[in-house]
Amino acid sequence: MRIDDYAVIGDCRSAALVSRAGSIDWLAWPRFDSDPIFAAILDEARGGSFSIRPTGSFASTRTYLDGTNVLETRFVAGDGTLVVTDSMIVSDEAEHRRALVPEHELLRVVECVAGRVEVEIVFDPRPGFRPPRISIGRDSVRSTDGATMALLRGVTGMQPAAGGGVRGILRMTNGGRLVLSLVHAARDPAVLTPLGDAATARMESTTRWWRRWSSLARHDGPYRAHVVRSALALKLLCYGPSGAVVAAPTTSLPEEPGGSLNWDYRYCWLRDAALTAHVLYGLGYDAEGDAFVDWLTHATRLTRPELRVLYDVFGRKPSRETERWSLAGHAGSRPVRIGNAAADQFQIDVYGEVIDAVAQRCRRGMRPDPETTTMLRQFAEFVCENWRRPDHGIWESRGGPRHYVYSSVMCWVALERLLELAARGDIALTPAIRELVERNRDELSAAVRTRGWSEQHQSYVEVLDGDTVDASLLLLSWYGFERADSPRMRGTLEHVDRVLGAGNGLLRRNLAADEGAFGICSFWGVEQLARGGGSLPEAEARFSALLRHGNDVGLFAEETDPATGAAVGNFPQAFTHVGLVNAAIAIERRRHDARGSSR
Amino acid sequence: MSVGSWLLWGFVATVVLTTLMAGSQGANLTRMNIPYMLGAMFTRRSTRAKVSGFFLHVMNGWIFALLYVAAFHAWGAATWWRGATIGFVHAAFVLAVGMPLLPYMHPRMAREDEGPDAEPRLEPPGFLALHYGVQTPVSVLIAHVVYGAVLGGFYHVAG
Repeated sequence: MRIDDYAVIGDCRSAALVSRAGSIDWLAWPRFDSDPIFAAILDEARGGSFSIRPTGSFASTRTYLDGTNVLETRFVAGDGTLVVTDSMIVSDEAEHRRALVPEHELLRVVECVAGRVEVEIVFDPRPGFRPPRISIGRDSVRSTDGATMALLRGVTGMQPAAGGGVRGILRMTNGGRLVLSLVHAARDPAVLTPLGDAATARMESTTRWWRRWSSLARHDGPYRAHVVRSALALKLLCYGPSGAVVAAPTTSLPEEPGGSLNWDYRYCWLRDAALTAHVLYGLGYDAEGDAFVDWLTHATRLTRPELRVLYDVFGRKPSRETERWSLAGHAGSRPVRIGNAAADQFQIDVYGEVIDAVAQRCRRGMRPDPETTTMLRQFAEFVCENWRRPDHGIWESRGGPRHYVYSSVMCWVALERLLELAARGDIALTPAIRELVERNRDELSAAVRTRGWSEQHQSYVEVLDGDTVDASLLLLSWYGFERADSPRMRGTLEHVDRVLGAGNGLLRRNLAADEGAFGICSFWGVEQLARGGGSLPEAEARFSALLRHGNDVGLFAEETDPATGAAVGNFPQAFTHVGLVNAAIAIERRRHDARGSSR
Repeated sequence: MSVGSWLLWGFVATVVLTTLMAGSQGANLTRMNIPYMLGAMFTRRSTRAKVSGFFLHVMNGWIFALLYVAAFHAWGAATWWRGATIGFVHAAFVLAVGMPLLPYMHPRMAREDEGPDAEPRLEPPGFLALHYGVQTPVSVLIAHVVYGAVLGGFYHVAG
């Protein structure tokens, strides 16, 4: 299976990837960063999966039920048609106040809607890539690993399968219906939910919940469907109990098929903070935006004034990066990595991103508490003392540190936003600190404008006194360092397009690695055009071209292979969807401004 | 009987037992959660079951402590090893007899022989509560032996 052959379902605490062929090939329970119980996407033989499909040849199509994260896969087989509807049950607090609720539940509703279909069900859990203890009951299959249990109910006649797990064949005729419930219990006694009509009611309740949530998206215009799909994907990646947003629900889906650029993205990058907060607030999801900024201030408080690049969903340091060479890897891409070593890098740009996210919340009326104001001041002082140090930059280069222009601009953002907060009275600065902040901000600005600019290329460049470019330079206008319609930003976009363009609006992040075009960088190009760096038709044309790189259910990976159009990298990727929504918001704003000026 | 000593050490022993069981859950040794199971007897609400169950569990700890105290008085002395012995017998009885019977007494726990129902139910513990993990009997035995040892070691048999 290719990466874009998958769709995602989840319950805002964990997520599963369902293939076009009806197989759940990735599921980490109980949390995004837990050991997976299904991971065939990384190793078909040892990863485990849970598949439901016709036994013979078939053609399949799938779609999300409108406005939801409930997935419907339709199999047209020789003698009939089968529909499998997949969802993780979302239980809000009201539900917890009403009934006993399982820690996690995944429902698969199987319906024969025409003719007759012979269906094969294979349930092969491999918690942590290990075969568990399996016991087959009358209408259930229990998988235990230590005290942790996954219990599949609603199936009869399952037998041990040759390759592991259990397998069953059933014959369904038109109107036949089967509901399978998979519950997971890692901490408490499992809650066994009723099947039959009650399970259907839970599925309907989940569908209603998603529809209610997605209907709140404040965005109109021709791209609303894409924006809502991205918002739904982002909501799946929000860890409900803390408000953190993970970069992707998967690990080690390769940036280069067969290569070694395989990283674990099941953590929260501070770098994504400002852009993610902008999306959540921009679409009217203030509660999610506030929760995310709260998580941000909580997580960063634990390590202040030093910031880590990434945290787990509870604001802790992620587990140490380990390489699992024994696993085959997706498309032979090894090693599979668990944990992320970038957590130990020095990336000074995160200070700008964190302060900018807090500033966005303050613009919406939040008064920072004394603890937060102290933290912001400490961050600013840290930036003043350290911005001259080279760092690993936005692309987390595993080579030596350098003086990246983007990092310098983000240091400028940190200081500029602090002064903005002070001007609004949200934070008090002593005259000495104010003078220190203003002086360093101006020095940063001068350094970027002189040493970060190439007269030869008429473009900002990747590193101070350098000659190359990278796509992060397109964010200079987003953060207010330059106007998007300034000659410098227009020149930078032209140069970036020329050097990093990969066709159809796709942009590579830089020239350093042999990898695909980056989704978010490509959308930054659209945004730069929409914000004034080009015309509205130019922005829309590029945006429409990029939208075609999403898969059939509107999901994007981290990257796209320009040659084949295939998705590469972890999937679905929050940052790419953040880029899509921000670009759509910029286009809609430009359209609104155009309408205003024509009246 | 020393009421103050019973209340104090009954409470302390219960706290220790609860901590050991919660630690076993955290270490993925067992999913046995006595407060949750107790609370779910009285409410179908998940969150309330866990909170109210905790208070019921503390009350239970005192009530069981009373039985231990009665045994100490019958023996004429309380020692840690006497307490530990009662704890061992207590846990063995609960695991071997109480747990298999629990689904027939608990209004919100599934039974092997029950018909279709429209209400979510707790997974039954099974013999020795093995459904909650194969290490469950060990965890429960250790927690109850320590509970008894704390009571026996610190309870003061007057006069």
